[in-house]
Amino acid sequence: MTSSSSTATATGERRDQASPPALEMQDARKVYEVAGEDVVALDQATLSVAAGEIIALVGPSGSGKTTLCSIAGGLLSATSGSVVVGGQDITGFSARQLTEFRRTSVGFVFQSVNLVPFLTARENLLVVDELAGRAGRKGDAAARADQLLDELGLTARAGNLPGQLSGGQSQRVAIGRALMNEPDLVLFDEPTSALDSTLGDQVVKLIRDEMKARGTAAIIVTHDDRITHYADRTVHIEDGRVDA
Amino acid sequence: MRLAVTELLRRPGRFVLAGVVLTLISLLLMLLGGLLDGLIASSTGAYRAQPGDLISYSSRSENSLVRSRITASDRSVVSQTPGVQAVGGLGSIQLGARPGDDPKSRDPFATVLFGYELAPRGLPATPPAQGSVYADDVLAGDGVAVGDTLLLGPQRSPVKVRGFVTDTRYAGQASLWGSLATWRAVTTENRPGQTPGDTVQALIVETGASPPATVAQTIDEATDGRTTTLTVTRATQELPGVAQQTATFNQIIGVTVLVALVVVALFFALITVERTAQYGLLKAIGASGFTLFGGLIAQAIAVTLVAAAIGVGAAVVFAAVLPPGAIPFQATPARLAGNVGLMLLASVFGCAFSLRRVLRIDPASAIGS
Repeated sequence: MTSSSSTATATGERRDQASPPALEMQDARKVYEVAGEDVVALDQATLSVAAGEIIALVGPSGSGKTTLCSIAGGLLSATSGSVVVGGQDITGFSARQLTEFRRTSVGFVFQSVNLVPFLTARENLLVVDELAGRAGRKGDAAARADQLLDELGLTARAGNLPGQLSGGQSQRVAIGRALMNEPDLVLFDEPTSALDSTLGDQVVKLIRDEMKARGTAAIIVTHDDRITHYADRTVHIEDGRVDA
Repeated sequence: MRLAVTELLRRPGRFVLAGVVLTLISLLLMLLGGLLDGLIASSTGAYRAQPGDLISYSSRSENSLVRSRITASDRSVVSQTPGVQAVGGLGSIQLGARPGDDPKSRDPFATVLFGYELAPRGLPATPPAQGSVYADDVLAGDGVAVGDTLLLGPQRSPVKVRGFVTDTRYAGQASLWGSLATWRAVTTENRPGQTPGDTVQALIVETGASPPATVAQTIDEATDGRTTTLTVTRATQELPGVAQQTATFNQIIGVTVLVALVVVALFFALITVERTAQYGLLKAIGASGFTLFGGLIAQAIAVTLVAAAIGVGAAVVFAAVLPPGAIPFQATPARLAGNVGLMLLASVFGCAFSLRRVLRIDPASAIGS
């Protein structure tokens, strides 16, 4: 019998070591067919992310960062290999199962097209609960959304549409939305690329604080070396190969 | 679904173009349907008002009331046919009618004088005395009042209006309803070559509990084929011009519905293309393709319902403000509901063209973009 225990991480936050790893990717390979030829986007990638761990995924353009994130988040299926997220083996999931998985088990913060433009900041958080339907709802979504907006310093902006928010505020709303379904893993796709350095720094700090406070793991895809300082670990990827 | 409705409410401008085009289509559809119903009503009212189940014509008339002649002996045979409960003669003559105080009017009302025995809907069981008639209320709109005298045909045969009856027009003309004696007298005066004598043009037959189709066959056998007996419904459909008008209008209505379908298909296909990134994002955070498509259909139905409601409202107002007899136009609940149903079908089928596009949007397109 395994007893639950907690240890301090390098950055001082506490995470539950009895929890399954947030991500176990084993020999994942993704091959696309382009003009009749196979193009390997991800080549035997093996990566483990512990619960509550923050990984900075760094690599040049076309190195396979986005493909790795897409497979980890259930946006794509690997051609071969296995992917386990929060104890769920999603390797053989159907499209329908992957949709359900994305809705319940992972969060995304994208580089652009992040928010639904005709919904307020608060509604952008609640849309996750809306998509879950009556059966899939988790507790009091409205209260959770309000709490997240408060933690993210957006209470005063809750009723604003995305067009009335600054870039940094929009990213904070997107972070809140990614946390609405209490995911095991949040994937950030270059979250600071559209922000100036000061704002980018604030957003990354916020990501770190929110993830650590919840014990939620995160993979941050970035070109920005400054982000790596806030991550527990930096993983390099090049030509589809992960150098963990 | 709520997401789709929210977008509709917060970004109505996005749907204005489709809404305007669908509203114009809706107005056209309601107008066409109303005109068709009005035309058919003005052509068939006299038959639809008949109390019987069957109409017997002479077989050589090719089911034309004007050409038909039923002799007294054939009438007797029909009366005695098993299954026949009551028989009434019907005669008609189309004549211009001038107001009694303006016998030289150059603009007579187009009328049809009917002589009847079995009372049509709205008329007294006993036909009015010779020289008196009940008039279709479309004539009231032309200024004819109870107690007025109308002068019929070239001989200016006088008939006195005893009252009005509704929805009994025939071949687009106002009807006058009198006794067979009145019809015979007016016909003899104005068409000396067509003196009816003891004939009638058709027989209205009541069958009671017997199946009308069976009784019709029995009547025609009993008269050795000298009669052709039709149900009133079929005889109504075979009135001159009715089938042609119905077919023509229905074809135009069909094309209009097709245009509505194409408008919805093109508009929502365009909207889907515009929303590719948004749909990618929503799919990435857990929306299924069918959820998104359901939202698209909900928006199409909402826009169509608004357009249809404007069309219905316009049709009802149009019908209400039209002077009686000005334009044959009817806004019946069945027609209006049918048109709304057709538009909704067109919008759902129009949206279906976007289904494949919505389902094929890759959620991975949201990342790395």
